[in-house]
Amino acid sequence: MTAPVLEARDLAKRFPVAGGFGGPKRVVHALSGVSLSVAAGETLAVVGESGCGKSTLANCLTGLMEPSGGSLLLEGADVAGILRDDPMRFRRRVQIVFQDPYASLNPRRSVGDTVADALRIHRLAPRARRRTRVAELLAEVGLAPEHLDRYPHELSGGQRQRVAIARALAVEPAVVVCDEPVSALDVSIQAQVINLLRDIQARRGVAYVFISHNLALVRHIARRIAVMYLGQVVELGDAAVLRRRMLHPYSRALFAAAPEIGRPSHDPDRPPPLSGDVPSPIDPPSGCRFHTRCPHAEARCGAEEPALRAVDDRLVRCHLAEGFSIPKEP
Amino acid sequence: MSGLALFWRRFRRNTAAVGGLVVLLLIVGAAVFGPVLHPVDPFDMLGRPTQPPSARFLLGTDVSGRDILAGLLHGARVSLVVGIVASLAATVVGLLVGAVAGYYGGVIDNLLMRATDFFLTIPSFVLAIVIVAIFQPSIFTVTAAIATVSWPSVARLVRGEFIAQRDRDYVRACRALGMRDWEIILRQILPNALPPVIVVSSLMVATAILTESGLSFLGLSDPDVVSWGYQIGVGRSVLRVAWWMSAIPGVTILVTVLAINLVGEGLNDALNPRVQQR
Amino acid sequence: MTALLQVEGLSVHFDTVRGVVRAVEDLSFAVERGQTVALVGESGSGKSTAALSLLRLLPPGAGRIAGGRVLLDGRDLLALPARDLRQVRGAAVGMIFQDPMMALNPVHTVGRQIAETLHHHLGQRGAAAEARVVELLRRVQVPAPEQRMRQYPHNLSGGMRQRVMMAMALACRPSLLIADEPTTALDVTVQAQVLSLIDELKAELGMAVLLITHDLGVVWETAQRVVVLYAGRKVEEGPVTEILTRPRHPYTAGLLRAAEWREDGGRLAEIPGSVPSPHAMPPGCAFAPRCPLADDRCRAAIPPIRPIGPAHTAACFRAEAA
Repeated sequence: MTAPVLEARDLAKRFPVAGGFGGPKRVVHALSGVSLSVAAGETLAVVGESGCGKSTLANCLTGLMEPSGGSLLLEGADVAGILRDDPMRFRRRVQIVFQDPYASLNPRRSVGDTVADALRIHRLAPRARRRTRVAELLAEVGLAPEHLDRYPHELSGGQRQRVAIARALAVEPAVVVCDEPVSALDVSIQAQVINLLRDIQARRGVAYVFISHNLALVRHIARRIAVMYLGQVVELGDAAVLRRRMLHPYSRALFAAAPEIGRPSHDPDRPPPLSGDVPSPIDPPSGCRFHTRCPHAEARCGAEEPALRAVDDRLVRCHLAEGFSIPKEP
Repeated sequence: MSGLALFWRRFRRNTAAVGGLVVLLLIVGAAVFGPVLHPVDPFDMLGRPTQPPSARFLLGTDVSGRDILAGLLHGARVSLVVGIVASLAATVVGLLVGAVAGYYGGVIDNLLMRATDFFLTIPSFVLAIVIVAIFQPSIFTVTAAIATVSWPSVARLVRGEFIAQRDRDYVRACRALGMRDWEIILRQILPNALPPVIVVSSLMVATAILTESGLSFLGLSDPDVVSWGYQIGVGRSVLRVAWWMSAIPGVTILVTVLAINLVGEGLNDALNPRVQQR
Repeated sequence: MTALLQVEGLSVHFDTVRGVVRAVEDLSFAVERGQTVALVGESGSGKSTAALSLLRLLPPGAGRIAGGRVLLDGRDLLALPARDLRQVRGAAVGMIFQDPMMALNPVHTVGRQIAETLHHHLGQRGAAAEARVVELLRRVQVPAPEQRMRQYPHNLSGGMRQRVMMAMALACRPSLLIADEPTTALDVTVQAQVLSLIDELKAELGMAVLLITHDLGVVWETAQRVVVLYAGRKVEEGPVTEILTRPRHPYTAGLLRAAEWREDGGRLAEIPGSVPSPHAMPPGCAFAPRCPLADDRCRAAIPPIRPIGPAHTAACFRAEAA
């Protein structure tokens, strides 16, 4: 296995929240002990529901937010140190693409200026060559040179997202964190953008951390998948292994809940839908964080927090994981 | 269509604002060319005092026999220059303070906003009087005093705009690219925060003209220049026998302030995205 | 027997500076009693505009109904006096929206808001109304309804708010529920709960559901019939099992292929280009510029809706080739 380009080790992020009138200060545990890594040229998908911490993870991975604990390594070097001594080095290696292309482009700057900003800040093209270079980048994401002087409101959602991708690619990053890059787009446009990201990866060997709630899409695009619940990774492994069978009851319920065309209405293999809502990350449940909604929970699950451990070629955070694996042929 | 052409198309729809703009341009024209077309020193005592309008003195003379028209034209220069310069200075200071406070938040925001609140809680006209009284009255101190009492409202407004914009994804994308803070503030956020500021600053010109008039009415202005407020102050003692002496500069102030307000409202309609039409 | 809801030739137009935008054009479909019909389309397809027009709920100035009839139990809702229409809204027809926070009043408790509906349509008040509120909340599976009814919308999660909306919509036992993207803002596990709840209540109350959505997976799991819209016009209609497995309109087929996330990570079959601007609609079939099968006829004339199979219609000259 190749060395990871970007690696999170035991990453934690806590936010203080005001506790109402005179109430005690409380803490949101957005991320707790998250360890994952992405190797050069591969796609790691991070999947989970709202409140699972996936957006906080995107912020921490891209240096937009300082983690409260744990460490982040870029090509083996400590990111906190790089950000202190040579922040531009980190910015050139790690880039981000946001969910909503309406919000991620400055409405008062032309497409050409937005992409040129990236080149200018990092001194990647002399002023005279900048416009040509921007046109090349736009061509790479499927936009014509005439888009250079357009403003975001003159473009469609898909075109805007292409501009955002071009801006991220301008600095030739090693990793691009894609935070729900297609969920604001129509299905027919989603396919265009996903294909574009795939082609770019094949051509440039860039690694993606692909954050999404669309499970079918994650299975399509990822080489490895991390499932998150309430700020923790609950299952992490090769997409091929997870496709065969998920072991954590939450991963199983999550993938079963996604509607799927062609599935018979009463599939006996389909776990029943989960009951209740995701608990608040302010006071996460004791023990296993999923035990309040888990159909298999035992007394031990509420008392003792399971560790992320290797079972059947993947990492899983569940005391009972062995019980869900496919029984070996005798 | 370019942004400017689109802006003009929206602005043009507002008849009152266009009317205000025409009146304002006339006043500016009078201030610029008036003393050339009517070359009379407003301090020269040319005739009998307290004359009503006549062929020789189109708007009459004041208690010292000075030409009121000449005073009005010179006063226009003073009022407009003081109004515009004070508003510009207040806008620049307000933008700086508001942008820094809104963008960085936290302790910096707290300190800057407490300072802003200090100015906001003191009645602005009283504060302006105090400042002018401490330093010698002159065009410069009057302008500075008006700017000093005007910037806090701009700062408040700009801070709000920056707080609304600073966590938008386009700003985060710039941070992820490693853009420096000053460039994010000036080049990225400021153009988005500017439209309401332009409106407030244009309306501030009207307030500044009123404040300047008030100060010179009280005799707290530069003794070496004629201004509208000073003319009203001069005419005040003979109000019952020569009402026009106060009324002429008074109506001029009213019309000017009204015109600026109409233009400001028009700018608001044309720049405010909420009332933009398809 | 006539259908519960019969929409005939509905057209909704927007007057803009740059001309008339035909947001919905000549839309016809029917919803039978106890059936779930899905109105499917991407942004700009006119699906939400159509749904709002059924009860004349378009905000003033946002569009006008240019023609057509909306028959509910034989009564034309578009011709009804405003007074009578108010009795239809919320009583015979319930409605839930994508964002319940927009539809709920933030300064009143949810219990009070449900009670208001009861008072307005049924004249119930006092202890009887309160008991009914608790019963309604229990029916939409809100845990501890006695406590929840005293809470404000912001105290509730998105899924709970959508349940409260459903309790309000169902208060008068409507014969039709219009659900406009009811689960788009919800997480998948909560979406599954809400969808199965709609299904249960539908069976229990014998009501019909008109589901507006962009998600074909949701359509598969909840609806019996599906109406596919593109650029304001119906392009295909038929039974869900038929349309989603053997689509005959190239747009429907393209949509299904674009969402076929195969697990080998191969290239997705994309639909090239994007939806035409409402100000520059092509003269013929609106989908022709993006269609792999389009020929000169498609670019010249708008294809009429025609039967393709049993209860299956499509607006395509080349449906046989798809």
